[in-house]
Amino acid sequence: MLVAALVLAAALGSERLSFFDLTEQQRSILFDIRLPRVFLGACVGASLAVAGAALQSLLRNPLAEPYLLGVSNGAALGTMLAFVFFTGFEFARPVFAFAGAVIATVVVYRMAKSRAGMNVERLVLSGVIVTTFLSSIIVLLTSLLDAAKLRSFTFWLLGDLSQATKSGFYLTLAVVVIGTIVLSSQARALNLMMIGERDAFDFGVEVNRVRIVVFGAAAALVGTAVAASGSVGYVGLIVPHLVRLAVGSDNRLVVPFSALAGATFVVLADTAARTLIAPRELPVGAITALIGAPLFIYLLRKN
Amino acid sequence: MLDIDQISVRYDGREVLRDVSLTVKPGQIVALLGANGAGKTTLIRATNGSVEIETGEIWMDGKTIRSLSRRETAKKIAVVAQENETKFPLTVLEFVLAGRFVHGGAFGWETDEDLRIAESVLYECDLTDFRDRFMNELSGGERQRVVLARALAVEAEILLLDEPTANIDLAHQALMFRLVRARCREMNCSAIVITHDLNLAAEFADKIILLKNGEVHAQGEPREVLTSENLQSVFAVNVLLDTNPASGNVRVTTIY
Repeated sequence: MLVAALVLAAALGSERLSFFDLTEQQRSILFDIRLPRVFLGACVGASLAVAGAALQSLLRNPLAEPYLLGVSNGAALGTMLAFVFFTGFEFARPVFAFAGAVIATVVVYRMAKSRAGMNVERLVLSGVIVTTFLSSIIVLLTSLLDAAKLRSFTFWLLGDLSQATKSGFYLTLAVVVIGTIVLSSQARALNLMMIGERDAFDFGVEVNRVRIVVFGAAAALVGTAVAASGSVGYVGLIVPHLVRLAVGSDNRLVVPFSALAGATFVVLADTAARTLIAPRELPVGAITALIGAPLFIYLLRKN
Repeated sequence: MLDIDQISVRYDGREVLRDVSLTVKPGQIVALLGANGAGKTTLIRATNGSVEIETGEIWMDGKTIRSLSRRETAKKIAVVAQENETKFPLTVLEFVLAGRFVHGGAFGWETDEDLRIAESVLYECDLTDFRDRFMNELSGGERQRVVLARALAVEAEILLLDEPTANIDLAHQALMFRLVRARCREMNCSAIVITHDLNLAAEFADKIILLKNGEVHAQGEPREVLTSENLQSVFAVNVLLDTNPASGNVRVTTIY
């Protein structure tokens, strides 16, 4: 399915390509512009979906999602700081994004956790508060930017793959491969954590270690994804949910399948974003949010 | 063998357990009785290492609990906690297989042996028909039985049961206690059971610990511990004591 989506995405676009008899110009569109973008989209989708799946099990809440928890906005603010103050270093962006994601995660987690434990309402509310707080700082910083930078930045904030570069792709690929392996290694422990933290502890899970590993890996995944493509929302919510419908709740299946399904989903969503109103483009985050927000409401009601 | 040696536990400066000592021999069932807030659950939580002890030491086969890793402790001591719920659609079999976690590796999948053991404890607990049902669709009592099945699947040396029969119907209460007793006899493991049912304790326990305000008020065989003075002092109730004609054990009747 992922392969089919990749081929479809490569073929479709404001300039339709046939794969055979490419002109010099078409060849350059395919290899320099479209393919890096398609592959980056796949990596970003996989990163966000895997991070979402792991966070949901860790927090025992099917509604946990990097975008809603403020992790994405933390990463976005980090990226933005790097963008404004360290324009010279390309790798400052993912590093700052990672730091931002970690800080946002820790703050939301601390806020949501009360003595009585953690419930859905507290978690979602904490996520919303941190997200809006970070958004206001981002808006504040945006006002310092000049007009040209501003437009590309607004687009990026909504989730945008059009800035794809090869080095950005390689970094995201490395992180998504390592992150998925690390989280898969915690999958069996996460199965026990889904039941409850104290419960998992009773049955032999080093709860604190799993928590640190999962938060760290999720922040790295979200950080690199956001640095490369902005806040593509709801991928971490939609994809693991669909995967669980297909394969059940076992994280040893949910984590790797979320990677594949997340990649497919974002590649398709970005293809739609490029072609729906071609030759103009939509940010891919707008498409994923259009699908994700109604699903979120449905899940919230079901809970 | 489990040896709890003069442990004290504090929550926020308040002493919840004070100088509690008790020894559990292999094969023994120990009933832990006491009023609400006497420290019964805390004693169980301290025993499996999930609550820090302030002074004293807990020994398990000659090693202290705090020197063991989480995995080693969980392999030796299994817990049946009070009820918990999950929002994820987890099947009964998956839930019971969680008890085999301590026997597998991090990346590991369950082995055929894990599966065989899970199936057999499901059968023992009268849950075979529930194998593929989702946990969140079960009644409170059914869930509680699954929680016991998972603890049995660990094949631990010590079972800690915190009010295991609180939501369970009469037939399954008896089944659960018979199961725990059979398990202790056959596998030579031991159990500490918190219960409020004095007669259940008298029937099934080899030894009773009576806790009062975080201290051991009395311990010994059921007949020695279940006296009207002790029960008056711990529960502030008047009781009538005689012998259960069916089993010959002591029988407690509350006078209201």
